[in-house]
Amino acid sequence: MASNTDISERQRSARQRLRIIAGHLQKSEGNEHTALSAQECKAETPRSNAAKVTAVPKRRQEILKWNGWGYSDSRFFFNKKGQAEFTGRRYRLSGLILPSLKDWFEGTFGANLQHKTPATASLNVSAVPPPNLNELFVEELKTAGVALSTDPEDRVFRSHGHCLHEIFALREGRIGKIPDLVVWPSCHDDVVKIVELACKHNVCLIPYGGGTSVSSALECPPEETRSIVSLDTSQMNRILWIDEKNLTAHVEAGIIGQDLERQLNESGYCTGHEPDSMEFSSLGGWVATRASGMKKNIYGNIEDLVVHIKMVTPRGVIEKSCQGPRLSTGPDIHHFILGSEGTLGVVTEVTMKIRPLPEYQKYGSVVFPNFQQGVACLREVAKQRCAPASIRLMDNEQFQFGHALKPQVSSIFTSFLEGLKKFYITKFKGFDPHHLCVATLLFEGDREKVLQHEKQVYDIAAKFGGLAAGEDNGQRGYMLTFVIAYLRDLGMDYYVIGESFETSVPWDRVLDLCRNVKERIVRECKERGVQFPPLSTCRVTQTYDAGACVYFYFAFNYRGLSDPIHVYEQVEHAAREEILANGGSLSHHHGVGKLRKEWMRETVSNVGLGMLKSVKEYVDPNNIFGNRNLL
Amino acid sequence: MDRVLRARTSKAESEHILDVLEERRRGSDIGHALRTYSAQPYRGATPLSVSALNRMVQESQYLRYIISEISAESGEPPEVVKEEAVSILEEMSQNLQLSFIRLMGFALTKVFKRLFTSIRLHQAIQEHPVILMPNHRSYIDFLVISYIMFTYDLSIPVIAAGIPLMGMSLVGEILRRSGAFFIRRAIGEDKLYWAVLSEYVRTVVRTGFAPLEFYVEGLRSRTLKSLKPKLGMMQMILEPFFKGEVYDITLVPISISYDRVLEESLLAHELLGVPKPRETTRGLLKARRVLEENYGCMHVYFGNPVSVRELAKGRIQRNQYNLIPRDLPLKLSAELQDFVGEVAHLLVLLQERSLVLSPWSLMALILLQNPDGVDWNTFTHKTLRLRTLAAQLGARIDWPAQLPDSEVMSSSMALHHSIVGSENGSVRLVEEAGPAPVTEEEAVFRRASVVLMCASYRNQALHVFTRPALVAVAMTTAPSYSKDDVFSRFCFLQDVLANEFVFMPVHAPQDFEEGCSGLLRCGVLSIYEGGLRATEEEQDIVVFLRAVLEPFIETYQMVFRVLCEETFQTFTEKKFVPDIRAAIVKLFLSGEVKSYECLSSDTQKNALSALVRMGAASKCRVADQTEYRIDQSALRRIRDTLDGSVVSKVPLFSRL
Ligand SMILES: Cc1cc2nc3c(=O)[nH]c(=O)nc-3n(C[C@H](O)[C@H](O)[C@H](O)COP(=O)(O)OP(=O)(O)OC[C@H]3O[C@@H](n4cnc5c(N)ncnc54)[C@H](O)[C@@H]3O)c2cc1C
Repeated sequence: MASNTDISERQRSARQRLRIIAGHLQKSEGNEHTALSAQECKAETPRSNAAKVTAVPKRRQEILKWNGWGYSDSRFFFNKKGQAEFTGRRYRLSGLILPSLKDWFEGTFGANLQHKTPATASLNVSAVPPPNLNELFVEELKTAGVALSTDPEDRVFRSHGHCLHEIFALREGRIGKIPDLVVWPSCHDDVVKIVELACKHNVCLIPYGGGTSVSSALECPPEETRSIVSLDTSQMNRILWIDEKNLTAHVEAGIIGQDLERQLNESGYCTGHEPDSMEFSSLGGWVATRASGMKKNIYGNIEDLVVHIKMVTPRGVIEKSCQGPRLSTGPDIHHFILGSEGTLGVVTEVTMKIRPLPEYQKYGSVVFPNFQQGVACLREVAKQRCAPASIRLMDNEQFQFGHALKPQVSSIFTSFLEGLKKFYITKFKGFDPHHLCVATLLFEGDREKVLQHEKQVYDIAAKFGGLAAGEDNGQRGYMLTFVIAYLRDLGMDYYVIGESFETSVPWDRVLDLCRNVKERIVRECKERGVQFPPLSTCRVTQTYDAGACVYFYFAFNYRGLSDPIHVYEQVEHAAREEILANGGSLSHHHGVGKLRKEWMRETVSNVGLGMLKSVKEYVDPNNIFGNRNLL
Repeated sequence: MDRVLRARTSKAESEHILDVLEERRRGSDIGHALRTYSAQPYRGATPLSVSALNRMVQESQYLRYIISEISAESGEPPEVVKEEAVSILEEMSQNLQLSFIRLMGFALTKVFKRLFTSIRLHQAIQEHPVILMPNHRSYIDFLVISYIMFTYDLSIPVIAAGIPLMGMSLVGEILRRSGAFFIRRAIGEDKLYWAVLSEYVRTVVRTGFAPLEFYVEGLRSRTLKSLKPKLGMMQMILEPFFKGEVYDITLVPISISYDRVLEESLLAHELLGVPKPRETTRGLLKARRVLEENYGCMHVYFGNPVSVRELAKGRIQRNQYNLIPRDLPLKLSAELQDFVGEVAHLLVLLQERSLVLSPWSLMALILLQNPDGVDWNTFTHKTLRLRTLAAQLGARIDWPAQLPDSEVMSSSMALHHSIVGSENGSVRLVEEAGPAPVTEEEAVFRRASVVLMCASYRNQALHVFTRPALVAVAMTTAPSYSKDDVFSRFCFLQDVLANEFVFMPVHAPQDFEEGCSGLLRCGVLSIYEGGLRATEEEQDIVVFLRAVLEPFIETYQMVFRVLCEETFQTFTEKKFVPDIRAAIVKLFLSGEVKSYECLSSDTQKNALSALVRMGAASKCRVADQTEYRIDQSALRRIRDTLDGSVVSKVPLFSRL
């Protein structure tokens, strides 16, 4: 337990940290979610505390969209003047007008604001199939005092992730197979009880964390005949203790990213794990999918961050006996859990590394004459092992897109190009706006080191023709990652559908893979009758010693197509084939789910698949965790 | 690949013929040469200087691997090997200069206008070409393609040319400055040379700053017949696709044909084994004399681009490189090697498909079948009949429609006055002027040289008839009419002649089908109770088709016969041509050989290669020489089967 002075010190830095988070996440401090003051953690917080601190309520429908991304109050729309606006008060972009978005949108997709494809306004509860309940199971749950619901809204909300086809169907008011029951355990013991009962009554359990899956992992298998129970971990959301000597925190797995960071910040710490979905995705979800955060260069990916995991399986609880930092005790059992995608059990508690909040944070950006140069620079940065907390390289199309998101009035939001011109008008000559690309940077640490580090990286960049392009541009880049997901909903209002997907690939193949996959997308769209060339763009989002993570965005105008989702899926399938043919992986962090299952055998070999299967057979012989992901 | 082949035959392409020279005759040559030339390299590709290209090759990981390998094997320090590599690169490297292209544009316009009545460009290129794959019939080919590209604002290609051309003072320099790089002829085992060359080619393909032009046949065809493709360069070109270094590679077959080839007399002499003069500029153009002559029309047909990605779809696993560095010097997998071979063959076949035939090729065919001359009316009649037949079999013939047929033919004869003449109403081949021959042998050679010259023009049309003719021969020599027997006879013949004509590997059933359907189309074939037979009405077509292959089959028979003799148990490569020639001349004088074409050294060599391929001869290196060893029993078996003596011949119509 820390001393009093420590505490006030920590509270001070916590407040600073809140400002930083607000910097790239939220509109301003002091709104409803940051109103909490920094408070000290207790080893055992009473249960009732849980709901109070969480950003997403148990009844998700109160603040989240039922057929789109994020908060109901936050969305893009085109106003009467044809200007794009972003509603709400949560984000820095909220309440602002984006005058160039329309032109970019219409120009890029050949879309037209006259041609609308509005979504079904509200969920038609009567269209929701009645639950197929296992009465005895429900009875016993009730007796055990576990919260549960058969409310159609509750069930529909937990029937999907955020794949394009899932959201598209909801927008059209189509409800597929959904869970029959939702249960909310509030602690590890509740989960043990639920799993026991599920085994006893042979019902199918599907763990549900933040619902941000993009691999069809949460979809109920159509062939499942048993009663399907969605096990929502959201109420297991407490930080159980913080160990300042070892810099670890023991946390319930249902906590979502933004709550975890906020609460740790209040104590002067952070995990540093920031996936783009951190507003909604959960710790258990990260473990179950092998998630990766934007700042992994400093903090590591989820597998580097976890020290201890507790998981409840049909066979019992699996965990290690100590918290030693490294073990040579045969294959690491954590690696059966990490990436298990809800097929083996429920992750209930995790001990995670934490770090003191960084003293100083600085954004940055670099403009390169072309993508090749940019990749060469990132490769060199990786070689010298001096990657900042985050370094991301956008291709030219994304650079242009960023430009289109320039709000009307705001000092920080001067246009990318204007910003550049102001500072570098002379040096900037010779850069072709149709080839140049931008890297955004985020440095963290103590002030002096950050500045040193910054210089080192800019010096390397200069060797590859890169010009520093200012902090604002960098900051804007990171801020945009949180609103980009909202844009897809806007597109879908006007015949434009799209999705992102990712891979990891050795350095020497990054360029080839990017070019080939982008080209493949364009060609496949054309062959399948897409009328207008698609948006096919990529960025390098992570660097490693031996390779990089590449993220693709792909969207097109589907006017004139009778089955746009089918076309979309065919193109995505072809793109994945192309990735694999070019030495890319099946997934860097999104996971396999059901979407990419067909490639598992070729990905891990026959024997590999057999090993995974035999683990599944031992741990869950009756397929209680029957979401049918992965295998 | 079948898909591509079939698509080409069935589609009636809307002919779109341009005369490249037409406009030049009207406008100013200098204006043409100096106009703004604004060719775009491929989308996304950045221009690359020669030195940058060389540097990329030199610094490539691949070359570094090879250099250290060679240095380990030979004990030479790596720096020495590297220097050697650099000098190879210098010898090879291309040097494109636009100013030179302009000069050339000017000069060539002048020369071409003198030489040709027209250069016809059939169907302009629609997409960005990547690999231009012309057939190679004349040294002029090089220049014409670059000239066309320049004229139509397309990127000037980087051309792979043989070293002998580099030695030609003017042409060599023209080629170099217009972007050619030079390749040694006999690379053989020179590992370093292969490495530098392949990396160079791959770098050009990878960076895509300019199209690459190369001759998949490897050499200029001296017979004007397509040559079996060489796979080395093809493989280098396709590798970047296999490894994902480029999205796709577009292959553009280009079919070039000439009404009259500049080197015609040179070619015939070469074929007879008269040592050829080094390829000097003078030898090539014999400047003044050549310029005084008219060479008629040159046809350049840019075929539909072929996408390698399309060809590879469902066939090639590109992920086979996932687990190794792509720069590692590794042999291609068998799967990929087969694919390379098929692509190369496909392109040759596509070149043939689009070859434009001049009336003269058809006339040459008739003339060769009437060695003692033919009267004008019969000649016209037969030629026109042949024109119909060829058209039915899918040939593209450039027969001027606006002129009376007899005028078309007589102007063709005028163009070829050095070969053909008419005397007392009889049309016949004429012999070269000069002092009367001294010996009998000389007389034979003199005659043979005209026949071979004429044969080379026929050869431009040969591909049209090959498959139906093979079926025709098979039908008449198979033990029965059953489709199976005819087919197996067909397979044997095709196997024997596979060095003579270009066939897709492992493609016999399709070739057979194609031959049969050609015959059906001409009404020659009837299929009846599972048997194939010739219709009675069109017997003369069968006779004609058999005669098309006759000279080749006869040559093979003669070569096989000679090789059965004691003295040919083992022999060196060097001695093969003169010894065989001597033996065949003897047979000729004794009246046992009928066709002068048996004296073509190309056909003789092909016959030998066929034996090697079929296991009746083996090849080995003995003290710097290539030596052949004949397996007599195997040879006799092949000979007998070809002669048809082991198959019981069924008399014609016996089953009726
Ligand atoms: C806009 C957007 C941005 C994203 N950015 C990133 C990113 O930057 N990095 C990244 O890694 N991913 C990212 N993702 C993907 C997704 O957020 C991750 O896969 C995340 O880890 C899922 O967590 P979740 O809590 O939402 O899990 P859910 O979507 O609820 O579930 C995912 C899977 O995990 C299982 N599961 C969930 N909780 C548990 C548990 N406690 N025990 C056992 N199994 C469980 C589920 O059964 C399911 O199979 C993004 C997704 C979106 C939509």
